[in-house]
Amino acid sequence: MAFKQKHLLGIQPLSASEITTILDTAESLAEISSREVKKVPILRGKTIINLFYEPSTRTRSSFELAAKRLSADISNFSKQSSSVSKGETLKDTILNLEAMNTDAIIIRHAFAGSPYFISTFCSSHIINAGDGSHEHPTQALLDAFTIKQRKKKFSGLKIVIAGDILHSRVARSNVLLLKKLGAEVILVGPPPLLPPYFSKLGAKIDYNLDHAIKGADVIMMLRIQLERQDKTFFPSLREYRHLYSLTKERFQNAKKDAIIMHPGPINRDVEISTDLADSTESVILQQVENGVAVRMAVLYLLLGGKEHEIAD
Amino acid sequence: MKLLIKNGRVIDPASQIDEILDILIDKNKIVDIKTKISAPSAKIIDVAELVVAPGFIDMHVHLREPGQEHKETIRTGSAAAARGGFTSIACMPNTFPVIDNSGTIKYVLSEAENIGTVNIFPIAAITKGQKGKELSEMAELIDSGAVAFSDDGNPVSNSQVMRSALEYVKQFDVVIINHCENTDLSENGVMNEGPYSCQLGLNGIPASSEEVMVARDIILAEKSGARIHLAHLSTKGSIELLKAAKAKKLKVTAEVTPHHLILDDSSLANYDTNLKVNPPLRDKKDVSSLINAVKSGLIDVIATDHAPHSPDEKAVEFDIAPFGINGLETAVSLLLDRLINNNTISLQRLIEMCSTNPAKILKLKNKGKICPGADADLTILDLNKKIQVDVNNFRSKSKNSPFHDWKLKGAPAITIVGGNIIYSNQSI
Repeated sequence: MAFKQKHLLGIQPLSASEITTILDTAESLAEISSREVKKVPILRGKTIINLFYEPSTRTRSSFELAAKRLSADISNFSKQSSSVSKGETLKDTILNLEAMNTDAIIIRHAFAGSPYFISTFCSSHIINAGDGSHEHPTQALLDAFTIKQRKKKFSGLKIVIAGDILHSRVARSNVLLLKKLGAEVILVGPPPLLPPYFSKLGAKIDYNLDHAIKGADVIMMLRIQLERQDKTFFPSLREYRHLYSLTKERFQNAKKDAIIMHPGPINRDVEISTDLADSTESVILQQVENGVAVRMAVLYLLLGGKEHEIAD
Repeated sequence: MKLLIKNGRVIDPASQIDEILDILIDKNKIVDIKTKISAPSAKIIDVAELVVAPGFIDMHVHLREPGQEHKETIRTGSAAAARGGFTSIACMPNTFPVIDNSGTIKYVLSEAENIGTVNIFPIAAITKGQKGKELSEMAELIDSGAVAFSDDGNPVSNSQVMRSALEYVKQFDVVIINHCENTDLSENGVMNEGPYSCQLGLNGIPASSEEVMVARDIILAEKSGARIHLAHLSTKGSIELLKAAKAKKLKVTAEVTPHHLILDDSSLANYDTNLKVNPPLRDKKDVSSLINAVKSGLIDVIATDHAPHSPDEKAVEFDIAPFGINGLETAVSLLLDRLINNNTISLQRLIEMCSTNPAKILKLKNKGKICPGADADLTILDLNKKIQVDVNNFRSKSKNSPFHDWKLKGAPAITIVGGNIIYSNQSI
């Protein structure tokens, strides 16, 4: 098995073949979640910490279920319920958790680079569950898994990612991953939220959604992160909707078999009209479902499960 | 007690000397300089093969005392300066309490006198509490020993306050030093805005945040006719503005730091908080623009912006780590290695930026030159000494240097202040 990484800090350090290994492993693990007894003993006896410094519905429960379906012991920590609220530093928190003999630490943090930072002093496997505006590698992996399910390939696909690109770790991880697998990625958003530097990551930049959407195979809408808009980036949500919301009318210019994706949580009728979000073209809930399989694959590959055990 | 410095290559830009000469010091003054001095009663130091320069003056240092003695004290900062080859340092007023009153200035000066090594020249705050609103009592501060005014750490954002400061202080002919940053543009930023901040997901500090303020300060300096010194310039755009201001013969001077001349934002890939500094490390075209400005004579001063922080304070997430690089003990070796060894600039030019010009800008009489009557402050350099930077050997209380383990050629050899040898790595 071609997987030599100790941590999953981002998509950037991964090779295309490592990404493919994760996706293939996820495919073989996906079936476990549809069994009546949704559990295999692959990671029995492994201890995993699920450390979430930011609110999360999907990612946190997805990691938790992924770990449990592989029989690992997982413990959840949030910022509110931990000593962080007493002023303990991240370094001390991690060192204390690790003193309890953890095998892996899954971390979601508002500050970019936090997973990298803790990997410099800790011996557990570190899994980045989203760090600031930097990366959200398992989201990009589950997005890729979902695209592969529907499109069977990556090369030649035209993928549009639209919304608040500047603050989006999902956009960064997706651009990196999709470029590594050979797709064309076009980023769309208001210019102050889409600085030209993103072209250095390998994406094309377009400020006009109607133009970008023509002939697209995949349209991924991002949430306007209202909690990060402490500066002025665009005039109003009303005008944002007018220029950048995915509506039925706009969607007609995409390819006939185009799919609609969204990492969630969605702001209905802001970045995406509610009828499209619930349409057959939308794969938003499949993304969530696939998230469990992809995270099972990541845990399995990092924590060194044995391949034959998958079949148990 | 007389001291005779023999056989050194004496370089003094102020008197345009560059030759092998002896220097005779009597008590705290230079009394003679010529070939082959004989002074039977003097202690003799043979500095053959070494370069003797007027004492280096670092006009941008954060000593942290009073108030943040866990980072640095006047004593440890002085020791670091001596080891780094500096004979004088000017300390910034962002202490707790702020140096905006004569009592705090007197405290710093009396502590410096007790320690009795490097000369310490306090820079007082432009505004009370460095809050940017009301001017500090500048006349009294000058009388107490302030050599310049700055709210460094913060810019003076309010243009009317800056205008008043310049107009008011002009009567005393004391320089105002501004930390040029438009905080609306830099808000929440932690590194240079560009492809690397984009890739790392860190909030950017755009070059424009510095340049907007540099432009404003140059305009206000022109209208007021007062002297302004632009601290730690970091961008190509700032250099272009400076060039235009100097072409108009305005009373504008500027400094750069060693780290902005040597490092760029590509080095931040590992979120090393020792590289977090304000202004941030810029991109490669900015660095080459700064180096060209050092070569062309546009830059007046190299200053360290020595900003010590304790290891615990830096061992945190990049976003919440404090800005600052520990500079006093690496500056001279970095400059010799990166500017002199490859002939980017001459030694004369380096000494001009590290001694002659800071003395002029701060109006330090009898400093920044080697001639009879000048203070006996000398920085003696060993151009051939190979060193490896080790933060564990720092005399500074803090170790926050991105240059740890760097191998460099050239180092300070002997530091003499007021005729006393306060540092030496030679067998003398």
